[in-house]
Amino acid sequence: MADAVDYKALKNGGFMRQKQKDNFSLRLKVVGGNLTAEQLITIANVSKKYGDGHVHLTSRQGVEIPFMKLGDIDSVKSELLEGGVPTGVCGPRVRTVTACQGDQICPSGCIETYPLAVEISERYFGRELPHKFKFGVTGCQNNCLKAEENDIGVKGGYQIRWDKTLCTLCGVCVKACRTNALSVSEDRVVLDEGECNNCGRCVKSCPTDAWKGEPGYIISFGGTFGNMIAKGNEIFPIIKDKGTFFRVADGALEFFAKHAKPGERFRVSIDRAGWDVFKEEMEKVYHG
Amino acid sequence: MADYAVDQTVDITDVVCPVTFVKAKVALEELDAGQILSIRMNDGEPVQNVPRSVKEEGHKILKLLDNGDGTWSLIVRKE
Repeated sequence: MADAVDYKALKNGGFMRQKQKDNFSLRLKVVGGNLTAEQLITIANVSKKYGDGHVHLTSRQGVEIPFMKLGDIDSVKSELLEGGVPTGVCGPRVRTVTACQGDQICPSGCIETYPLAVEISERYFGRELPHKFKFGVTGCQNNCLKAEENDIGVKGGYQIRWDKTLCTLCGVCVKACRTNALSVSEDRVVLDEGECNNCGRCVKSCPTDAWKGEPGYIISFGGTFGNMIAKGNEIFPIIKDKGTFFRVADGALEFFAKHAKPGERFRVSIDRAGWDVFKEEMEKVYHG
Repeated sequence: MADYAVDQTVDITDVVCPVTFVKAKVALEELDAGQILSIRMNDGEPVQNVPRSVKEEGHKILKLLDNGDGTWSLIVRKE
């Protein structure tokens, strides 16, 4: 029968069609991989009541509840919303913003990842674009969140400064540094700025706080890890403020909307337009 | 140069992360505040990570010495 089921609209709203007829795996909105206990209880209850009692954790920190029935969609949505669980999105738009736990939980973290993920999500989540678009935020160079897999990846780092008056030349930072950017001379620690990757391990390990770190964002563009595999590229030095970050992110999305052919990933658009062209346009927004 | 006297030493070259730090922590717990512990550790991950963990525990690192045999000694004052 010519039914009126709009599968595309359902998919856009997070209902992913399953192999089993009239069954959908419902994608939920999760930001930065965080859910409250109350949200988890709501999800569990919906899964038990309307699904088959299991949920799937997706590769990007999302949750899907499989075996949702076509006829239950409205009640499922309202029960989830009542329990503070919004539904997710699919299709050509900004997807789930992922994040590691960042400096509020993890000793290695250099930035507050979760509030940034929330800000990114509030600003861009669900925005229509020529193709899917992914943001990921990781707190440090350990890169647990794999920043460069994303269309825009954010990695926390420190811009470092050495205070001679506090340094005891103990040598701990030289060993803590993984890029061999530091060495101890007679009366000072020498930094090879070209080798520093802003990981902040010197700051974290320094026994006398002679190394100071100013948090910032290391941004990568054009990562994709599906059918096509490409690592995002950094084109700027570490960005120190959110204002600049959001100007750059706005500019990148505008570039994508302007240059992309429909159904083309950000990476392909940059490759086709040319990285020099992309960089030139980004430089403009970077400097405000 | 050496303005400290080592009260106790512990060798953590025979264990791997995360036991390296646990062994160092246990050794520190057996000392009194102000006493000095020398922790002998392997190059690589231990010397990259143990100093930071000791700092995060609130103890005072005085020196890191290269023993010249692929091991390092971290001199720590218990706080």
